Amino acid sequence: MIDLHGFGNQLLSGTLVTLELGLVGMGAAVLLGLIFAPMKMAPLWPLRWIATTYTTTIRGIPELLVILLVYFGASRFVNGMADLVGYDGRIEISPFMSGAIALGFAYGAYATEIFRGALRAIPKGQIEAAQAIGMGRWITFRRIVLPQTWRIALPALGNLFLTLLKDTALVSVIGVEDLTREAAIATGYTKEPFTFYFAAAVMYLLLTVFCVIAIHYLEKIAGRGYARGDT
Amino acid sequence: MTAALEVEGLHKRFGELEVLKGVDLTAASGDVIAVIGGSGSGKSTLLRCINLLELPNAGAIRVDGEELRLTPQRDGSLYPEDRHQITRLRAQLGFVFQNFNLWPHMPIIRNITEGPIYVLGLSKEKATARAEDVLAKVGLADKRDAWPNQLSGGQQQRAAIARALAMEPRVMLFDEPTSALDPELVGEVLGVMRNLAEEGRTMVIVTHEMRFARDVCSEVVFLDSGQVEERGAPGQVFTNPSSARLRQFLSSYLEVPAARDAAEA
Repeated sequence: MIDLHGFGNQLLSGTLVTLELGLVGMGAAVLLGLIFAPMKMAPLWPLRWIATTYTTTIRGIPELLVILLVYFGASRFVNGMADLVGYDGRIEISPFMSGAIALGFAYGAYATEIFRGALRAIPKGQIEAAQAIGMGRWITFRRIVLPQTWRIALPALGNLFLTLLKDTALVSVIGVEDLTREAAIATGYTKEPFTFYFAAAVMYLLLTVFCVIAIHYLEKIAGRGYARGDT
Repeated sequence: MTAALEVEGLHKRFGELEVLKGVDLTAASGDVIAVIGGSGSGKSTLLRCINLLELPNAGAIRVDGEELRLTPQRDGSLYPEDRHQITRLRAQLGFVFQNFNLWPHMPIIRNITEGPIYVLGLSKEKATARAEDVLAKVGLADKRDAWPNQLSGGQQQRAAIARALAMEPRVMLFDEPTSALDPELVGEVLGVMRNLAEEGRTMVIVTHEMRFARDVCSEVVFLDSGQVEERGAPGQVFTNPSSARLRQFLSSYLEVPAARDAAEA
């Protein structure tokens, strides 16, 4: 057994922070994807222009830089806005929130493209059937389009999540005490880098395996009714 | 008496191509109208314009005397003024598609309850009871929990008819409901439609099933290049057509059985 010199608890809490970062970041990415994908397909060109600018810019900048820019830019931006509306106090944005927002922002661009492809894959007749029955746009989107979008998008979204989960390690540079940062701290005390980075690697691997199983389960739920004889 | 459905001077252009050149159609309560015509005659477009899946360029549409309010757009198409009115009128026009268009992500029963719950605002219990009624009517009571892709084409189309019926529409519109089916499955769908006609439902049916049009429909409308070329009772239209175009069109249908008979003899 590897001797963790009593840093086991820190590694565990770091793992938890990593998972939280991953989930919050992914939630934000999915939300942004669901907002920008329909915009990219909108009939109005200003909407298309905004969405295309977002995905092109973000996909063209390294994630690490996005994280640094959000961390150093967000609090400035938010406080600038607060000044504008006449709020005097200072609003602190924690490194965790900055990191999660930055990850969501960076991966939202990829999620947008995934959702755009999924939305286009839904046959037009599905939407016409909803319209013909008198459903409005919002209900059609929520009841008919979105559930089918999930099924088509899930494999790609699952893949995106696994990538995002590992990129949470980048957030350690702004001081979030995630798994990678805890491993680095433990290394600083014990001077045993291999032990702790190896332990961190094992934890990432376990997290990934756990997530792969969860994604598989979700895909199965979303795929109900599509395979013959499967109810 | 107000007509259940009244279409007046309907025009539709796709770019330069004029698909409908002023079509009138009136369906009194209980009328079963067959719309026949060759491919490209505009018969499907006519049906799709009636419930605004395509926006017409000119004309008026009235359901039970209520006129759909449309305003001209810059591009020349008419645009609905009032989303609520469209929703209400569409709910009164049941539409059955050539390709069924059942929603694959929900079981049959939920395909049918979606409209009553989310458009008509029925409770889940009431909508389910209604869905079970219409499923029994189309002979699919035992398929309530099946998924669409577990059904044959004929069963899917019958489920799609049930989905439209559950809205209790004033008029049922059928867009070539049997054209996507294997020949041996056509009969079960036509059987359901025949029952609906006998119940006194108002229906407009775009179809290639001439025998069905002759036996079941009260009026036949022959559309040719976007205009009504001939209309009348089926007996008159099929046995004694006055237009040369219609005679030519019908002969292409009659030749097939004649040739088959000759081969069998």
